[in-house]
Amino acid sequence: MIENRPILNIVSHVVLIFGVLIVALPIWITFVAATHDPVRMTQAPIPMLPGGYFWENFKQTLFGGGLSGTETAPVWRMLLNSLFMALMISFGKIAISLLSAFAIVYFKFPFRMGFFWLIFITLMLPVEVRILPTFEVVADLGMLNSYWGLSIPLIASATATFMFRQVFLTIPDEMLESARIDGAGPMRFFWDILIPLSRTNIAALFVILFIYGWNQYLWPLLITTETDMTTIVMSIKQMLEAAEQSPQWNIIMMTALLAMIPPVFVVVAMQRLFVQGLTETDK
Amino acid sequence: MLKRVHFPTSLLPYLLVAPQVIITLVFFVWPASQAVYQSFLIEDAFGISTEFVWFENFIYLATDEQYLDSFGRTIFFSVCVAVLSMSAALILAGFADRIVRGATTYRTLLIWPYAVAPVLAGALWVFMFNPTLGIFPYLLEFVGVDWNHYLNGSQAMMLVIFAAAWKQIAYNFLFYLAAMQSIPRSLIEAAAIDGAGPLRRFRDHIFPLVSPTTFFLLVINAVYAFFDTFGIIHAVTQGGPANATTILVYKVFNDGFVGLDLGGSAAQSVILMILVIAMTVVQFRYVERKVEY
Amino acid sequence: MASITLKDLVKTYGDVEVLHHVDGAIEDGEFIVIVGPSGCGKSTLLRMVAGLETVTSGEIRIGEKVVNQLEPADRDIAMVFQNYALYPHMSVRENMAYGLKIRKIGKAEIERRVQEAADILEIGPYLDRKPRQLSGGQRQRVAMGRAIVRNPQVFLFDEPLSNLDAKLRVQMRLEIRKLQQRLGVTSIYVTHDQVEAMTLGDRLMVLNGGYVEQFGTPIELYDRPATLFVAGFIGSPSMNFLPATAGGGALILGNGASLQGAGHASGSVTLGIRPEHLLPDENGPIRVSVQLFEQLGANTLVHGVLEGTETDVVASLPGHVSADPGTIMGFTAPAKDLHVFDPATGRRVEE
Repeated sequence: MIENRPILNIVSHVVLIFGVLIVALPIWITFVAATHDPVRMTQAPIPMLPGGYFWENFKQTLFGGGLSGTETAPVWRMLLNSLFMALMISFGKIAISLLSAFAIVYFKFPFRMGFFWLIFITLMLPVEVRILPTFEVVADLGMLNSYWGLSIPLIASATATFMFRQVFLTIPDEMLESARIDGAGPMRFFWDILIPLSRTNIAALFVILFIYGWNQYLWPLLITTETDMTTIVMSIKQMLEAAEQSPQWNIIMMTALLAMIPPVFVVVAMQRLFVQGLTETDK
Repeated sequence: MLKRVHFPTSLLPYLLVAPQVIITLVFFVWPASQAVYQSFLIEDAFGISTEFVWFENFIYLATDEQYLDSFGRTIFFSVCVAVLSMSAALILAGFADRIVRGATTYRTLLIWPYAVAPVLAGALWVFMFNPTLGIFPYLLEFVGVDWNHYLNGSQAMMLVIFAAAWKQIAYNFLFYLAAMQSIPRSLIEAAAIDGAGPLRRFRDHIFPLVSPTTFFLLVINAVYAFFDTFGIIHAVTQGGPANATTILVYKVFNDGFVGLDLGGSAAQSVILMILVIAMTVVQFRYVERKVEY
Repeated sequence: MASITLKDLVKTYGDVEVLHHVDGAIEDGEFIVIVGPSGCGKSTLLRMVAGLETVTSGEIRIGEKVVNQLEPADRDIAMVFQNYALYPHMSVRENMAYGLKIRKIGKAEIERRVQEAADILEIGPYLDRKPRQLSGGQRQRVAMGRAIVRNPQVFLFDEPLSNLDAKLRVQMRLEIRKLQQRLGVTSIYVTHDQVEAMTLGDRLMVLNGGYVEQFGTPIELYDRPATLFVAGFIGSPSMNFLPATAGGGALILGNGASLQGAGHASGSVTLGIRPEHLLPDENGPIRVSVQLFEQLGANTLVHGVLEGTETDVVASLPGHVSADPGTIMGFTAPAKDLHVFDPATGRRVEE
């Protein structure tokens, strides 16, 4: 605090609270909508205060057939699919990035820079811009409607490799020298020294990747045609389409709530790691 | 780039990079080169014969009014999203940086929209602005605005801009707050002793000092608006009404998967790739410069 | 325990040769200090012995075995790094045990050796702490402990004390010396600090620009420096160098003054006299125009120039001395304390 200006402090808090309200408003409305019965949700104006149907909606959404009139998998199944996809993407990315960053930093071998640039290319090609041919490759490999098809094409990531490269470069050379004198071979050094020393970076990256994986939309939309493989995030769109005929906003909004709770929980609960991960990977 | 000491050369490093290299080749390099190849082809309506036409697809795009409209629309959309969410984030971060207690609490309350999937953000906003049920059309009626984004193209555009900007505030806020908190306290104190009031300090010192972050966020927000907003558009407007919200990414998808115009869609992909590469290069230039500080 | 032999060692990085044909024989149990200014190649030489740098040509033997191609782990050495290189995520105990664990030594034996090393170094109470919870001196001890538990044939020290404050440095210096005498392990110690080198080493190898300037005991280096570089590097304050002309058993200084001694030299030479060997003598031949005094308590440093020239002269006099700036003081120096060098080659002119 530079100077003591009580009014300015009050203004600061007022502005911030206003900001928080704007940011929170869509979520609040979602939550409120998820606590009312279907009939109330067809009358304008929609309510702004919670109703008493939270558990009914919760049970019907999670274990029931979902939205009547649509052919979707039960929501618990979709949540599970999303979880598998998110975990496979995050663990897969972390694993292959750790290995390749290790090779690039700690080994000198022919074509090292070639590999480095090859990995760098992935940074420039988001899945959206090469969507059709990538879809064809996955279809040719018979990976449609599988967890592999959902996750592997999204696994290669230059950002994670760069981040680990950066982390490894800040680890003093003496760690390696000392380990070599102690008699540790490359993989032993990797497991005993490098991985423990990068622990918080791995955790921070995991938070970011989990959200990235969970929130995938276009890719699962193309890759999955069987309802059993639907992820929770994609199901919202199908429900919105159905809503144009028979609006059941209470169920749709409950589904939306369920779809955002895991990633939001991860962000809020691991805020410190999240902030670290965000600022590190994007540099 | 490389450690002073390293392990002796062996087969091991190749095995270590193999998983990432194979995935990159199969799912990135090969599809991307396919896209480039297909962009030079025209397929007939039945998919029986293809013809190699060099740049014809690109020339067609350059004269296609729909595509050019979409290009302009994408730029308009990106600028609006970036300006809206960055200025909101800058103001909030400026105030959060001032207060001593509670800054982290505000941060917690402001960051979580980052975790909401774009398509969900779209669903939330489309519900709030539902012409018959939504709370905002209901309120807008009192001021004489008739809201229906299913029919009104500019309203549809406004809605996707709101949804996209809302989701990005969290990200911009985090980076602005971090940048402001890294400004040495003594510098701001010196300005205060020089007689600069809070507003003046913000304008003369804080804003210029976070300008590298502003530049960085501009690029990031542009990439976000160009590519990551597909879910929002798909959920809220499906590019409509009458293509009023068809941005480039949506058009690639629509022409390729719905319209089945492979060559045209591939040519659009190639143009998008060039755009991404340009933005990545700009971003890396910036990172390099920052490293030198 | 083992001897170490360096034979015609050369190290190049690309086209740049940084070590030029280094030879040296280190006896079993000896404490050798490699000393020189930064960039002289001393760390490179040590790291070559450790196996962390490849040998371009020449031969390193530990005991009878040529180790050029051996991995560091197979050379039976232990090394103490400048920044200690303790594994930050392991406790002190785990740090010390890590090398033994990799060598698949039994748990009980590891525990015994760690305990023994901890007792020697008095770090027993810290065994379960992480390195970041220790002070600089304690970390230094842990780094030594990690070397001791391995029970190696050779200890290598890479400027191990340079991260400590001055007082602790003096204390640890003595402890390292005592420890080495107690364990009797052949040691090579790299430093840029000549006082550290003089107090620690059985013998000193002075390196400059990748060349060995001199390899001998501290007293040899002090009494009979082989080159101008060694003469200037060893001893504090540094030796005075005065241009002179020798002939007929006398030395004529730049201002025409004449000194007796150095009968073996002739022609133009560089005369070296240590500040502590300049004796005040009102009629002495070395006349110095005084500029300032540094009072150190036990002695006084007199700074000035040789009268009538620009040549700087420093004298170290016992007790307290003072005079006005500009005063002329006379000095003399015994013939045995005069060092004569050939200014062209920089080498000592031998008697």
